[in-house]
Amino acid sequence: MEYEVVIGLEIHAQLKTNTKIFCGCSTAFGAEPNSQTCPVCTGMPGVLPVLNKTAVAYAARAGVATNCTINRVNRFARKNYFYPDLPLGYQITQFALPIAEHGHLDIELPDGGTKRIGITRIHMENDAGKLNHDPMRPISLVNLNRAGVPLIEIVSEPDMRSAAEAGVLVRKMHQLVRHIGVCDGNMEEGSLRCDANVSLRPKGQEEFGTRTEMKNLNSFRNIERAIRYEISRQTDILDNGGEVIQETRLWNADKEISTSMRSKEDAHDYRYFPDPDLLPVVIDDAWYDEIVKSLPELPDAMKARYVETLGLPVGDAEVLTSTLELATYFDACLAALGTPTPKQAKLAANWVMGSVLALLHTEGMSLATVPVSADMLAGLLTLVEKDVISGTMAKTVFEEMAATGKEAKIIVEEKGLAQVSDTSEIEGIVDTILANNPSEVEAFRGGKKKLMGFFVGQVMKATKGKGNPKVVNQLLGEKLK
Amino acid sequence: MSLHTMTLTEAHGLLRDKKISSRELTEAVLARIDEVDPKVGAYITVDQTGALAAADAADARLAKGEASTLTGLPVGLKDLLCTQGLKTTCASKMLEHFVPPYDATVVTQLREAGAVFPGKLNMDEFAMGSTTEHSALQTTQNPWDLSRVPGGSSGGSAAAVAADLCLAALGSDTGGSIRQPASHCGIVGMKPTYGRVSRYGLVAFASSLDQIGPMTKSVEDSALLMETISGYDPRDSTSVPKEVPDYRRLMKDEEGKGLAGMTVGLPVEYWQADGVDPEVMAAVTQAKATLESLGARCVSVSLPHTEYAVAAYYVIAPSEASSNLARYDGVRYGMSQRGGDGLLSLYKNTRSEGFGDEVKRRIIIGTYALSSGYYDAYYKKASQVRTLIVEDFKTAFQSCDFIISPVAPSPAGKKGESADDPLKMYLSDLFTLSANLAGIPGMSVPCGLTRQGLPVGLQLLGRHFDEATLLKAAWHFERTAGFQGQRPPL
Repeated sequence: MEYEVVIGLEIHAQLKTNTKIFCGCSTAFGAEPNSQTCPVCTGMPGVLPVLNKTAVAYAARAGVATNCTINRVNRFARKNYFYPDLPLGYQITQFALPIAEHGHLDIELPDGGTKRIGITRIHMENDAGKLNHDPMRPISLVNLNRAGVPLIEIVSEPDMRSAAEAGVLVRKMHQLVRHIGVCDGNMEEGSLRCDANVSLRPKGQEEFGTRTEMKNLNSFRNIERAIRYEISRQTDILDNGGEVIQETRLWNADKEISTSMRSKEDAHDYRYFPDPDLLPVVIDDAWYDEIVKSLPELPDAMKARYVETLGLPVGDAEVLTSTLELATYFDACLAALGTPTPKQAKLAANWVMGSVLALLHTEGMSLATVPVSADMLAGLLTLVEKDVISGTMAKTVFEEMAATGKEAKIIVEEKGLAQVSDTSEIEGIVDTILANNPSEVEAFRGGKKKLMGFFVGQVMKATKGKGNPKVVNQLLGEKLK
Repeated sequence: MSLHTMTLTEAHGLLRDKKISSRELTEAVLARIDEVDPKVGAYITVDQTGALAAADAADARLAKGEASTLTGLPVGLKDLLCTQGLKTTCASKMLEHFVPPYDATVVTQLREAGAVFPGKLNMDEFAMGSTTEHSALQTTQNPWDLSRVPGGSSGGSAAAVAADLCLAALGSDTGGSIRQPASHCGIVGMKPTYGRVSRYGLVAFASSLDQIGPMTKSVEDSALLMETISGYDPRDSTSVPKEVPDYRRLMKDEEGKGLAGMTVGLPVEYWQADGVDPEVMAAVTQAKATLESLGARCVSVSLPHTEYAVAAYYVIAPSEASSNLARYDGVRYGMSQRGGDGLLSLYKNTRSEGFGDEVKRRIIIGTYALSSGYYDAYYKKASQVRTLIVEDFKTAFQSCDFIISPVAPSPAGKKGESADDPLKMYLSDLFTLSANLAGIPGMSVPCGLTRQGLPVGLQLLGRHFDEATLLKAAWHFERTAGFQGQRPPL
C-alpha cells in the first residue's frame, strides 16, 4: 500500500544566556563536573527558583521570529518525574500557558516551492544534568553543570510529509535561532536537539496513524536518517498486516538503528501543576516592544530583499543569509558602496561568498576579526568599478589587504598597481610586441584567431599586469586587422 | 528575675543598659535547656559552641554601641530553617544528618541583627502534623502538662518558648502550625501574610501556603521579630516588595484610645461550629468581651465557603508536598540506601525508610490528586475553592477590621490520642487553615486557662499585609486580659 508520512518535530534549543534560568550559575560548556552549581540548581532543601529575565526575552524573541502569538501572561508548571539528573524531582517547564503559541515558518522545498509549517507552541524550561556511566563499574556519575541551563522547546504541527522536509525545518530553525542570537546552535555540545514524531497513514486517509517518538537526534544527518529508518520500519509493519505500537524510541547513531525505550503503558504521568514558587510571567507593552525591537531583520526578509531589490540569484541570497554576521557584513559593504546597481551588488556578493568566505575558512577567522572589513572590501570594489585596477589585480590586492590590514587604495598606490589605460602608452607596447612576433601575427591574420590570447598575455606581461584589459584588447583588435 | 524567663524586649533593655551580658543570658538559657529540656524534648540540636561564640560577638557589638534590638538575644529555630554548618533535620530520618551549605534568609537576617541561636527545635516531620508526634527523631511534651502534646507542627518552638528554653523562636505555618501550638502552649504566635517573609531556606512543605513567623512570650516581641524578618527577598519570587512598617510604634500608636473605632468580625461558621470544647468557647467569648471593653465593636460576619476549606486544603497541601519532597531521592544528600540493585531500589529503599507514615500518606494523597484524569476533579477544583475563600474574607473585611475565633476546637490533647485517626487531626485545623488558603495574616494570643490548667488561645485574622492591626489589637488585649507572663508549672 502507498502511505503518507506525517512528521512533527520537537526542537530543544539552549538559550545562550550567561547564567542559568533559575540561579546565577554560569552556563559555560565543558567546565569541571559540578563546578558550576549552587544550592538552587543542585536542588538543596529550602531553595527557590528566581527567573532569569534574559531567558524570557530570548524565548519571546524566538516566538516573534516564528510568527507566534506571545502570551503576555504565561506561567511555569512542574513536570514531575524521578531521574538522577533531575535534582528537584521535577522539571520547571511551561504547560497550560506557554510563552508563545500559534506560529508558523515557511520552508523551502527541494523542488523550489515553499511550504508553511505550523508552530504549535514554544515554552521555556530548565535543562537536566548529565549522567556519565562508568564503563568499568556498575555506577553512574551525575554532573549537574547543565542542570538549570535555559531551554526553549519549539513544537511543530505534524505538517511535514518526508524526512527531507523535516531536515529542512530543523536547518531553518537552526539558522533562525542563531540569527536572532538566542542559541549558539552547537549541535555537538547539545545546544540544539530534536525529537521527531513519525506516523504513517494510507494515502488519502484523513485520520493519523499511530505515531512513535524518536529521541536523541543530535545532528542534521541523524534526524533525516532516523526518520527514514522509522518510515521504513513502520512501512514493513503495516505491509505485513501488523500494528505500529505507540512508543518512544531511541536513535542509535553508531548502529544507525532505533530501539524501543518505553511503550505508552510505561509512559510517565507527569502530574503537571502550576509551580507555586514562581509568579506568572508578565510581559508588559514596554517589554514586548523592547523584545520586538531587539530582533534583527529575519533571514526570510533579508533573502527577499536580496532577490527582489538587488536582483541576486536565490542561491546567493541563501548563502549570504546563512548567518546574521555574514548578512550584516554584506549589508555593510553594500551601504559603503552607496546605492549599488544590481551589477555592483552581484560583484559584491561574489566577493563576499568567494574571497571573504575563503579567507574565513583558510585562516579560521570570524567576521568580527577579519582584517578586511566590509568598508575596506567596498573600497576595493570601487577601484575595480572605476577601472583603477582589473578584477585579476583585485585578487592580488585583496590578499595584500588580508595580510596587512591596509586599505586597497593605499596598497595600489604604494605598489603602483593602478592599471594603465593611457592608449598611447599601451599602443607603443602593442607595436613592439607585434614587431617582435611576426610569425604569430601572420598566423593570426591567416585565421588562427586563438592567438589573440597570446598577444594579450604578452602585453599584460610587459605592463606587469597593469594594462587595462579593455584598452589592450581594443588596440590589438585594431592593429591585427 | 531569672534571665531565661525574660521577653526579648526586657532582655534587650538589660543588655542595652549593660546590666547583663549576652554571654550571661545565653549561659542561663543553655543551663535551663540542660535542666528542663530532658523533660520537654523541644530541642533536636543544641549548639552550645555556636551560641556562646555568637553571644561573645554580640557582647563586642554591644560594647561598641552598634547593637540592634535583637543583638545578643537567644532565639530558637524550628528545624526546617536551613542553617549553614548546623544540622537541619526537618525531624525526619531522611535529613537526620543533613548539614545545609547555606543559611535561610530569615536566619541571615537574625544573624545580621546579632541574634544568638541556641539550637534547632522539634516539629512534626516536614511540618506535617498538628501534635509534633510525627517527629521521627524525638517526642516533645507540652510544658503545661507533660502527658500532653504541644500541638504542631511547630511544637518544639512553642514548647521551648513556653518553658523558657529560649527567649523567642521562629516557626512556620502552613495550615496553623504556628498558631495552634502557640495556643496549646500559652504563647503568642503570628503567621504573617503570604509573601511578607522570605521562604528562601525554609524547607518546603506546601509552597503556596508556607510562611515563617515569630513565636514569642509577648505581642511586642512578635512585633519586634516581624520588623526583622519581613520584607522583599530577591531569592524568593513570591515575597512582596512592600515597605515593612514600624510594627512596635504602630502597635502603641494613640495608646490611650484603646481599640475605639475598631470593628471585630465574628464569623458565624467559626462561632457556631460543632465540636468546640465548651471551655475553649468560654475563653474566647470572654476575650470578645475584653475587646469590647477596649472600645471595639463586635459584628457577625460570614465566611460561607468554610465547609470546603479543610477538603481544599488537604488536596492542595499534599499535592504541593508530593512534588516538593521528590528531591529526597538518595542521590545527592540525606539518607541514601544504596544496597539494592539499581536506581529503582535506591529510590524505593531510601524513601521507604527515610519518610514516616504521615509524610508518606500525604505524598500518596498528593500524587493521586495530581494524576492525569484526577487533576480537574481534585487540584483544579480545590484551587477554585481557594479563590472563593479569598473572596469570603474580602467580603468579610468590608464590614470589620479583623476577625476573631478560637485557634483550635480543643486544648492540647493527650499523647497518642490522634495517632490512629488522622482525619480527626485534619479537622482540628478548621479555624486556622483558611488563613493559609487566603494568604492573610493570623495570630494566636493567650486568652485563658482551662480548669485543668491548659492554655487557650484567641485567633485574630486580618487583611492582607495588615499585621499592624492584629498586633495592635493583640497588644491591647494582652495588657488588659493579663495572661502574659503566666508560666507552666515545670
